[in-house]
Amino acid sequence: MGSTGLKSAADRGLLAPTDWKRPSVRWSTRLAHGALLAGLAIAGLGPMLWLAKAAVTPTQDTLREPMALWPNGFDFANLAEAWTRVEIDKYFLNTIALAAGSWAVQLLVAATGGYALAILRPRIGKVISGAVLATLFVPSVVLLVPLYLTILDPPVVGTSMLNTFWAVWLPAGANAFNVLLMQRFFANLPREIFEAARVDGAGPYRVFWSIVLPMSRPIIGVVSVFAVIASWKDFLWPMLVLPDPELQPLSVRLPILQQFVELDVFLAALAISSLIPIALFLIFQRLFLNGASLGGAVKG
Amino acid sequence: MTSIDTRPAGVTGDRARPQNAARPGRRGGLLARARGGLPTLVFLAPMLIVFGVFSWLPIGRAVVMSFQRTNLVADPVFVGVANFQQVFADPQLWTAVQNTGYFALLALLFGYPIPLVAAVLMSEVRKMRGLFSALAYLPVVVPPVVAVLLWKLFYDAGEDGVFNTILGWAGLGPFAWLQDADIVMPSLVLEATWAAAGGTVIIYLAALTGVDPSLYEAAEIDGGGVWRKLWHITLPQIRGILLITFILQIIGTAQVFLEPFLFTDGGPANRTLTLLLLIYRYAFTNSLGGDYGAAAALSLMLAVVLTAFSVLYFRLTRSWSS
Repeated sequence: MGSTGLKSAADRGLLAPTDWKRPSVRWSTRLAHGALLAGLAIAGLGPMLWLAKAAVTPTQDTLREPMALWPNGFDFANLAEAWTRVEIDKYFLNTIALAAGSWAVQLLVAATGGYALAILRPRIGKVISGAVLATLFVPSVVLLVPLYLTILDPPVVGTSMLNTFWAVWLPAGANAFNVLLMQRFFANLPREIFEAARVDGAGPYRVFWSIVLPMSRPIIGVVSVFAVIASWKDFLWPMLVLPDPELQPLSVRLPILQQFVELDVFLAALAISSLIPIALFLIFQRLFLNGASLGGAVKG
Repeated sequence: MTSIDTRPAGVTGDRARPQNAARPGRRGGLLARARGGLPTLVFLAPMLIVFGVFSWLPIGRAVVMSFQRTNLVADPVFVGVANFQQVFADPQLWTAVQNTGYFALLALLFGYPIPLVAAVLMSEVRKMRGLFSALAYLPVVVPPVVAVLLWKLFYDAGEDGVFNTILGWAGLGPFAWLQDADIVMPSLVLEATWAAAGGTVIIYLAALTGVDPSLYEAAEIDGGGVWRKLWHITLPQIRGILLITFILQIIGTAQVFLEPFLFTDGGPANRTLTLLLLIYRYAFTNSLGGDYGAAAALSLMLAVVLTAFSVLYFRLTRSWSS
């Protein structure tokens, strides 16, 4: 894809209508686009289609002829077996619980914090803002060990949070990117509305709940989608703080299952694990793609 | 969580920061009655508590721990630079440094040009651009563990492995993707690039749509061809983003963990032992109990090197980026 793409990129009309009128440009562009689409389909969709097929194919077929378009037989029982006997249902629920809690904590922290920094503006707001932003510049590897020890022996709480979902939920909230997004969005809301609300006697809680939150649906959507997806993807941290298999999410459990589950059932488990994120993506496609570019815009 | 494993979102925000920090002060407090009052404290509390306990304190603790011997039983003892000496004396450190550097280099070779070319092409798509974007982004939403375990099957060394079957049609192979010491790292990078490239494509695409069309028109009046427009307008216009994705990719790949951990667990013969894997082993797989001091020391050094590199990078490219 890479080199051929580059070559044809040269002949392509770069946003110029006059270029499009030239047949040579038009055709080579179409050719490049066709090649790109084929490449993207093979690379993007191919592995997932293979997984979908393999999930309902008997092990022997997958092993002997992995690239056969049509398996000799279908084995839909794989999915049911993965769900019940391998207890994917349990890990699935754990994953959802972890994602839901992480989402709630992230939204709570980012929305209230962003509101305080952007609209209430305490005197020390700048300092806090800076301290939150500074964490973006600290490579995440630094946190691994000390955060683990914090979970083992948290301040105030006194008892270890190991093997509790809180060990995943609470650290998830310390996401400076979310706070930054919310803060910027709130700061750009029209201030006249807050003034009017204040004249009408609305206090800071009321303004937050009845005005700011309802106006902030787009940004809440972006933060939500990324919170859920990030939690679903997470592996190392839940592996460290949830050693109890009863509590582990899919991501942590799958590598272990691979060692003692037949291939076809394992592939069914992989397919089930991908279902929710892919479904979320297909439903909220625009949110995902806008959000991803938003990341670039903020970074830029 | 995001704070640990992957944080692609915003390790950097260098250029965004000054504007943002300046904004709140300028327009004076709204809801002035509440300024500094109890409600403000209530709204700040979740952020202060969560960041305090799970970000600021651990960051500080990371520095302190590097100079301590810590096991969870006895009280920590200050040991000076002993942890650092121990890490430097470990022959595996240099293996890990080399492997991590090799991974980062390959990831740049594979992963930097492809998204750019794809995005430039996609920005010219007139119909169905959504389809292109969706296909490009799909691998990004596949859970990374699922992706690695699936690719592990694709990389099966037998003749009936998925990739070996495909290459077999062209008379190539079979290759021992994950067992052959010479191709194991490219195999890992290939999967990592597949998993991450879509996100970069979307970022570039957004930057490309932001390029002012009048610049192209001006170039056309001057008789600029497609190549010249690409080289003299498109790329310079998105150079800010190009510079940032470059450094973000370096920071990300320097902390690669998932691929070497799940594909090969550092093997064969430590050929995929990366720095993060070494830190993980120091802290969590030591049979004598976690060597948290050494792990913290190595983490700290990696972070300092990455931060210094980023600062240097932005200094050097400052005149060029704006």
